[in-house]
Amino acid sequence: MMKPYLSVFRLRISNGLQYRAAALAGVGTQFFFGFIFIMIFQAFYAHASEAPSMTLSQVITYTWLKQAFLALIVLWLRDNELFQLITSGNIAYELCRPSEIYGLWYAKLLAQRLSSALLRCFPILIVVGFLPEPYRLQLPPDFVSGLLFLATLLIGLLMIVALSMLIYISVFVTMSPAGSLLLFSIFGEFFAGLIIPVPLMPDWMQKIVYILPFHWTADFPFRVFTGNISKTEALTGILAQCLWLAALILFGKFTMDRALKRVVVQGG
Amino acid sequence: MRLFFKYMGLELKSQMQYRTSFLLLMLGQCLTPFTSFAALYFLFERFGQIQGWSFYEVTLCFAVTYVAFSVTECFARGFDTFSSLVVSGNFDRLLVRPRNTVVQVLGTRFEFARIGRLVLSIVMLIWAAIHIEIDWTLLKILTLVLMCVSGVFIFTGVFILAASISFWTVQGLEIANIFTDGGREMTQYPLSIYQTWVKRFFTFIIPFACFNYLPLTYIVGREGSDSPFYALIPLVGILFLIPCLLVWRIGVRHYRSTGS
Repeated sequence: MMKPYLSVFRLRISNGLQYRAAALAGVGTQFFFGFIFIMIFQAFYAHASEAPSMTLSQVITYTWLKQAFLALIVLWLRDNELFQLITSGNIAYELCRPSEIYGLWYAKLLAQRLSSALLRCFPILIVVGFLPEPYRLQLPPDFVSGLLFLATLLIGLLMIVALSMLIYISVFVTMSPAGSLLLFSIFGEFFAGLIIPVPLMPDWMQKIVYILPFHWTADFPFRVFTGNISKTEALTGILAQCLWLAALILFGKFTMDRALKRVVVQGG
Repeated sequence: MRLFFKYMGLELKSQMQYRTSFLLLMLGQCLTPFTSFAALYFLFERFGQIQGWSFYEVTLCFAVTYVAFSVTECFARGFDTFSSLVVSGNFDRLLVRPRNTVVQVLGTRFEFARIGRLVLSIVMLIWAAIHIEIDWTLLKILTLVLMCVSGVFIFTGVFILAASISFWTVQGLEIANIFTDGGREMTQYPLSIYQTWVKRFFTFIIPFACFNYLPLTYIVGREGSDSPFYALIPLVGILFLIPCLLVWRIGVRHYRSTGS
């Protein structure tokens, strides 16, 4: 039953792995941005009057993880093909297929992110593991935290794909991807802790962030890695992640069915 | 120059055809610096200062960068998408026309929706200028204006350089983002907070320091930089455009059409 989805997934992975040169150029850019962010945080920490709830070395590790796994966690990664399907009316062909469209697109988007992350994360992670102090990536405090990190990152990835499915679904209504993509990615990025880690935000902002699903996708796994979140907290966090994931997928499927019922095939 | 404005008018008319989409995009553009600024504000709330720079001083720096960058993006966007002209071979068409290639590439694209970002940045600039504890003199105000102008020239130069790469590589390189978007991210904070190699590179190779950090030290009256000479440094930044145009000309001579 899962077979068509799996083969779409495999196809997309090998497709994505073709673009090695582009990935390499991307890696260079990620390094530069990583260094700039770290230097800014260093400067802030240098004369901090009171110690924040996250140490500088944790922030540095957090920054490198963010740069390495960027493809897994940002919302602005988009598949123009899908947008064109919707706006050009070729969605009609997709509807003719005997498999369900939500699952198909989900597999496609997931593969795209994984292949691009696989190409980019290892060179970055290896190099930053050997950088001189204070730039070096600190390994997780123990083996279990490492495993928990992998689990949370994976569920976070499933969540981010479910979230980005909502963007695609919204295009059925608005017919122009620019608006919803922009709004979603700007706020989503901020709430996910991609601009500054959540513990560095003021308390009232943290309260808002913890209500929304975005922080489970990036901030949470990274802080599990740095040891900023304890193992017991991580376990309850995983439960919350799973609940959110189920809710997001159900909501996505529901709205997609509604949208498809009234879909207008645009022109010919 | 007349040609340039004509191109501009044409683009404005065509973009105004989709009015709601235009307005939405403009609003969205407004929000991008907004979250960056929120991050800056939150960090200051947590830490108080950054290596002796106060919140309003850094805000001024941030605003100058965004004013310069959004003006540049509005007008010089053509260079950002230039590699597609080379890939498709459409650059040939520009070459056979009896006008300067730089003006024509500039004319391929104006993004007026970026004005939303510009307006927000200007508001931020004025807001910071009012709250900052400085005795504003005529020269200081002039310096501030010069900083914005010089910033536009430097960013345009960087865009031209990045576009020139595609004369050799055909494909645009993502690595060029380091100097365009990376430059913007970096110059949001005073250059003095970075490591020495970053400082040197962005003062002497790509003179980002000329349009914001160095004159800013004069405006806020840092020790050792109170001579009016510092006020004129932005003018040096403007000169950066000359080598960039030179590289562009070498590139045009090197250009081989992709055919298709």
